[in-house]
Amino acid sequence: MKLTSALIPNSEEARANREAHLGALADIREAAEAAAAGGGEKARARHLSRGKMLPRERVANLLDPGSPFLEVGAFAGHGMYDGAAPGGGAIAGIGVVHGRQVMVVCNDATVKGGTYYPVTVKKHLRAQEIAEECRLPCIYLVDSGGANLPNQDEVFPDRDHFGRIFYNQARMSAKGIAQIAVVMGSCTAGGAYVPAMSDVSIIVREQGTIFLAGPPLVKAATGEVVTAEDLGGGDVHTRLSGVADYLAEDDAHALALARDAVRSLGLPMGNSRNILESDDSDPPLYDPEEILDVVPASLSTPYDIREVIARLVDGSRFDEFKARFGETLVTGFAHVRGMPVGIVANNGVLFSEAAQKGAHFVELCSQRAIPLVFLQNITGFMVGRKYENEGIARHGAKMVTAVATTSVPKVTMLVGGSFGAGNYGMSGRAYQPRFLWTWPNSRISVMGGAQAAGVLATVKRDAMERAGQEWSPEEEAAFKRPTEEMFARQSHPLYASARLWDDGVVDPRKSRDVLALSLRAALNAPVEETRFGVFRM
Amino acid sequence: MFAKILIANRGEIACRVIDTCRRLGVSTVAVHSDVDRDARHVAMADEAVSLGGAAPAESYLRGDAIIAAAHATGAQAIHPGYGFLSENPDFVEAVTAAGLTFIGPSADAIRAMGLKDAAKKAMEEAGVPVVPGYHGVDQADVRLAQEAAKIGWPVLIKAVAGGGGKGMRRVDAEADFADALNAARSEAAKAFGNEAVLIEKFVATPRHIEVQVFGDGTRAVHLFERDCSLQRRHQKVIEEAPAPGMTPEMRDAMGQAAVRAAEAIGYSGAGTVEFIVDATDGLRPDRFFFMEMNTRLQVEHPVTEAITGIDLVEWQLRVAAGEDLPARQEDLSITGHSFEARLYAEDAANGFLPQTGTLTHLRFPEGARAETGVRAGDVISPWYDPMIAKLIVHGPTRRAALRALDRALSQTQVAGTVTNLAFLRALAGHEGFAAGEVDTGLIDRDVAALTARMDPPTSVRALAAVGALGLTGNVAAEGFHLWAPLVWTARLSWRGEDVSARVTGLGGGCYAVEVDEARHEIARAADGWRVDGARVAAEVAAGEGSVTVFWGDAHTFEVPDPLSVASAAGASDGVVVAPMPGLVKAVFVEAGAEVATGDRLAVLEAMKMEHTLRAPHDGVVAEVLTEAGAQVEAGAALIRLDV
Repeated sequence: MKLTSALIPNSEEARANREAHLGALADIREAAEAAAAGGGEKARARHLSRGKMLPRERVANLLDPGSPFLEVGAFAGHGMYDGAAPGGGAIAGIGVVHGRQVMVVCNDATVKGGTYYPVTVKKHLRAQEIAEECRLPCIYLVDSGGANLPNQDEVFPDRDHFGRIFYNQARMSAKGIAQIAVVMGSCTAGGAYVPAMSDVSIIVREQGTIFLAGPPLVKAATGEVVTAEDLGGGDVHTRLSGVADYLAEDDAHALALARDAVRSLGLPMGNSRNILESDDSDPPLYDPEEILDVVPASLSTPYDIREVIARLVDGSRFDEFKARFGETLVTGFAHVRGMPVGIVANNGVLFSEAAQKGAHFVELCSQRAIPLVFLQNITGFMVGRKYENEGIARHGAKMVTAVATTSVPKVTMLVGGSFGAGNYGMSGRAYQPRFLWTWPNSRISVMGGAQAAGVLATVKRDAMERAGQEWSPEEEAAFKRPTEEMFARQSHPLYASARLWDDGVVDPRKSRDVLALSLRAALNAPVEETRFGVFRM
Repeated sequence: MFAKILIANRGEIACRVIDTCRRLGVSTVAVHSDVDRDARHVAMADEAVSLGGAAPAESYLRGDAIIAAAHATGAQAIHPGYGFLSENPDFVEAVTAAGLTFIGPSADAIRAMGLKDAAKKAMEEAGVPVVPGYHGVDQADVRLAQEAAKIGWPVLIKAVAGGGGKGMRRVDAEADFADALNAARSEAAKAFGNEAVLIEKFVATPRHIEVQVFGDGTRAVHLFERDCSLQRRHQKVIEEAPAPGMTPEMRDAMGQAAVRAAEAIGYSGAGTVEFIVDATDGLRPDRFFFMEMNTRLQVEHPVTEAITGIDLVEWQLRVAAGEDLPARQEDLSITGHSFEARLYAEDAANGFLPQTGTLTHLRFPEGARAETGVRAGDVISPWYDPMIAKLIVHGPTRRAALRALDRALSQTQVAGTVTNLAFLRALAGHEGFAAGEVDTGLIDRDVAALTARMDPPTSVRALAAVGALGLTGNVAAEGFHLWAPLVWTARLSWRGEDVSARVTGLGGGCYAVEVDEARHEIARAADGWRVDGARVAAEVAAGEGSVTVFWGDAHTFEVPDPLSVASAAGASDGVVVAPMPGLVKAVFVEAGAEVATGDRLAVLEAMKMEHTLRAPHDGVVAEVLTEAGAQVEAGAALIRLDV
C-alpha cells in the first residue's frame, strides 16, 4: 500500500526541523571538506609538482566518468592525532569501473607521506572486509611510506593490524576476488607486499617504487649505494624482478591500465548487474528532500518512522507486516531502486511483542533471501518489573539471534538514537551489517548521557548517605556534568565515524541512493542459506 | 506514366528521383557499385542491381550494364540524374535502341550543345545573345582597334591559341589599345608560336545567372532564373532564385532567350541555359550573354522548385512518358525566395581539400529541405563526389530566406568528417551577399575571412570535455557522492592543440568544468544542454576517438586513447641489444648510415631461429659494436643509433 505523509509543508515545525538539520549538516560538511583536502595546500602543491595526480583525482580517473562513488570511512581520523590524519590518510569506497562495482583504496601521500596510522589500518581493513563480503574486486592505488613509525605499537603487532592487509589479499585472491595494485609512489617495507600480493600490479615509471628497504636503509645495512629507481623502480620491476606486470608512463596511463585490468577480469561472480544500467524504478511519491522537514530536531520528540520510509522506497509503496502487533517496531516489504528489501524500523521503545515481531520478520526475509534494511532510532528495550518478569530479555534475545545469524545482507541506517541493547537488536556494528551509515542527528552510546550521569550519581549518593554525608543539588549537578559532557562528545556521529564505528555520516536526503548503492554492492555476492541459532522460546 | 523506371545514378539525386516516383506510384530500380551496396538510394528503391566495382568506369558509367539491368528488371525508362551518363548522347542512343525511354533530351540536342563553340554559333543564329567579340582572320592593327571600339570598353585581347592567361590583356580605353595589342601578340608568339588574337567584351563584374527551361521537343517554357554567382573555382556553393536585383524586363529577355535556345534544338525535358551577366552597372537587359546549355537536371534545381511549386522530376517523367508540357508560360509564377547550400565533406580552412570518413552523427534541420544520399553511419568514400547534402530553404522575401538558411545551417549536424559547414555559414553571413551584391569573384576575394578558423570558446571546450568523458547519456545515480565530488580529467585536443579540463560531478547530470582558466557549469536536461544556467542550442556527439560539439558550428575534438601512450613509451635510448645469446649472422649498416624505423640492422641466429633486429626509430647509426660472425650474450649492445 502507498504510504501517505502527514507533513504540513512549510509549517513552523517543519521549518524548525529543517533549520536544525541544516545546521548539523553544515558541521559535517565542514569536517568532510577538511578530510577531502588531505594534508593541506603545501603538501598538495608538492605532490602536484612531482607530476602526480592528487589522490581524489586518481580515484576519479580510475572510475567511470559520472559514475556513483560510495565513499567509506570519509571521516576516519577526524579530530584524532591532533588532526594529523585527515580522512585517515587514505580514500576508500565503492566505485564503478567499466560498469562493475569495485572497492578502491587509495593512499593519500599528502598526509604524512601516506603512512599508516592506526585508523588508516582500520580503514584499509574495513574496506577489504566490505570487498570480501560483497565480492568486489579490489584496486589499491599505492603511494605510502608504510607504517607510521611513532605509532608502530598500534599499527604492527596485533591481529587487525598491518599484516592483516596482506592476509586479506591472499584470502580474497583465493576466493577469486581480484586484487589489483597500482604503484603510483612509494611502496616501502611492508607496503611492498601490496603489489607483490596482488594478482595484477601496475607501476608508474620513475615515480613508483617497491622495495623492502629503501636506499638509506640499504646503505646502512650493507654499504651499497643505489638510487631508488635502480633499487625498485618501474623499469626494474617490470623488466627484471617481475614484481610488477605493467609499466605506465604516468598516473593517467596507470589508471587506464587498471581500468583495462578490470575489463579483463571475466564475468562477475554474483548476481550483479551493470551498475550503470538505468533502472526503471519509480521514485518515492514524497521528495527525499522533505526528510529534513519530517524528522524532529530533537531525538526525544517521537515521530512516525513511516514518514521516512515514504521518502526512501520506490513509489512510497510499503507492504507493512503485522502492523497491529508490537507497534513500536515497523516491519514490511518495499523496493529500493527496484531491489526488494525488508525494512525493520523503530517507532518507539522496544517491547516484547515488538522484539518477537522483529525476529519473525527477519526469519521471513531470510527465508526469501530478501536483504534487510534497519532504520535505527532506539532508546532501548523497555525496562521495569513487568517487562523483566514477562521475559523481555528472552524476546529481545530472539530478535538479536535472528539478526546475528541471518545470512541475508543487512544495511543499517542510524537515523536517530542508538542506545543500549536496542543497538544489538537493530543490527549495530557488532552484528556485521554489510554497511552502517549514520545521519548527522544520530547519537550513539551505551545509554543516554543524562541516564549515565544519573546512574553514577545515584551510586554516589547512596554511598554518601550511608556515610551520613550531605550532597547538595549543586554538588550533584557539578558531579554529573563531566559525565554528561563526555557522553555528548562521544556519542556525536563525527566522533563515531572518526573511529570507524560506522562507514560514514550521510546527508539524510541522499539516503535512498546510499541504500541503493549499498544493496547493489551487497548483492554482488550470492545470498547464502541462513541457519539460525537456538531461539529462546 | 511509366510503371517502373531505373535510376542510373547514386547519392542524393537518385534518392530525390525515387521520392517523386514513390509519390507518383512508379516503381524504382536502383543500380549500385560494390561500395554502394548498402547506400541510401539502394535502400530506398524497390529493387536494386549491382553494376560492379567502385570506380565509376566499372559501375555507374557502364551503359551496357545499366541497359541490361533495365531489361532484367522490366524497367521502361531510365532516369540519368546528373553527371555520369546524363549528357552522353551515345548512351541516349543505346537506351533508345534498346527499346527503352531516356528521361531527358534527344541525343541530337545533347550533341548540339556539347561542343561549346558550335553551340555558341548556333545560339547566335537563333538570336540568343553571346559575349560580343571579334574572331576574324583579319589581324590588321586598325581592324582590331575598330572591332574593339565597336564592342565597347573594356575589352579583353586573347591569344587565339591561348590558355593559362598567356597573351591576354585587358584594355580599358582606346589610348591603351596599341601597346596592349603588341604585348599580347609578342607573348602569344612566344608561348604558342601563333600571334593571332581575338577580342572579347571584358565582363568586369560577372554574375552567373541561369534559366531553367523545360521542353517537349517542340515548344519550351522557362521557369525563371537562378543566380549561381557564389562559386569557387567554377564549383557552385550557394545558389538562389530568383536572382537578386532582377527586373521584370531582364527576366523576360533572359527567359525568352532561353526558350529560343531550347526550341532551336528541339529540346525535350529539363535543361538549363547558363548566361554570364555583366553586372557592372546593375542588371540590364542588354548585358547578358549565352555561355552554355546543360542538357540535364541541375544540382540546384530545387531552388526553382521552391519558388514555382513545381516538381521538376515529375515534369521530366510526364513529358518523357509522352504527356504535353504540364503548364503554359502564363501559368508559371514566382513565390518568395529560395536558397540552396551545398554541404560538402571538405576542409575549407585547408584549401578545400576533399575529406572522407564515416558519418558518426548526421542530423538535418527541420523547416528546410535536405536532399541527401547518406544516413548516419554511412561512409563518405574517396570514389565519388564528397557532397553530403543540399539544404534548400524558402521564405517570403530574400531576407527571410537568408535567415532561414543561416538557421538551417546552424542546426545541421555532421560528425565523422570535416565539412564546409562553417564556410557556408560565414558565406550566409557575408555582408555583400546579404545585400545581394554577388558576383563570381566574391568568394575568391574574401576567401581568407570566409575560411578563418575560429577557436572554439571555452564554453564549447567545456561541452566537449563532458562529451569526451561520455557524460551524454542517462546514468543511474549519476555523479553520486557522499560529500566530496569526484573530479575527472578530460584530455582532448583541438587541431593538435591539447585541451585539458577538470570535470567535477555535482550530481544529477550537472558538472562544473574548468578549462583554460574558465569555469562553466554544464547540465544535461531532458530538453537539452544548459551552460551556466542558460539552455543552449548545442548538441554533443561522441564518436570513436573524437567528440563533436554542434553549437552553431561543428567543433570536432580528438579524444586520444589513454592507453595509446604505451607505444610512445617504447622510445628507447637508441641502443639495439641482442635479445638472447646467439651468433651475429649479418650486419647491414655502417656508422653514419641513415635508417628509418623498422629498417633491418642485423640478423642474429639463436636457437635455430634467425632474429631480425630492426631500427627502433629513425636516426643515424652512431656506432656498430659487433660484426658478422661474432658470438654475443643476451643484452649485448650491438648497434647504437643517435636519438
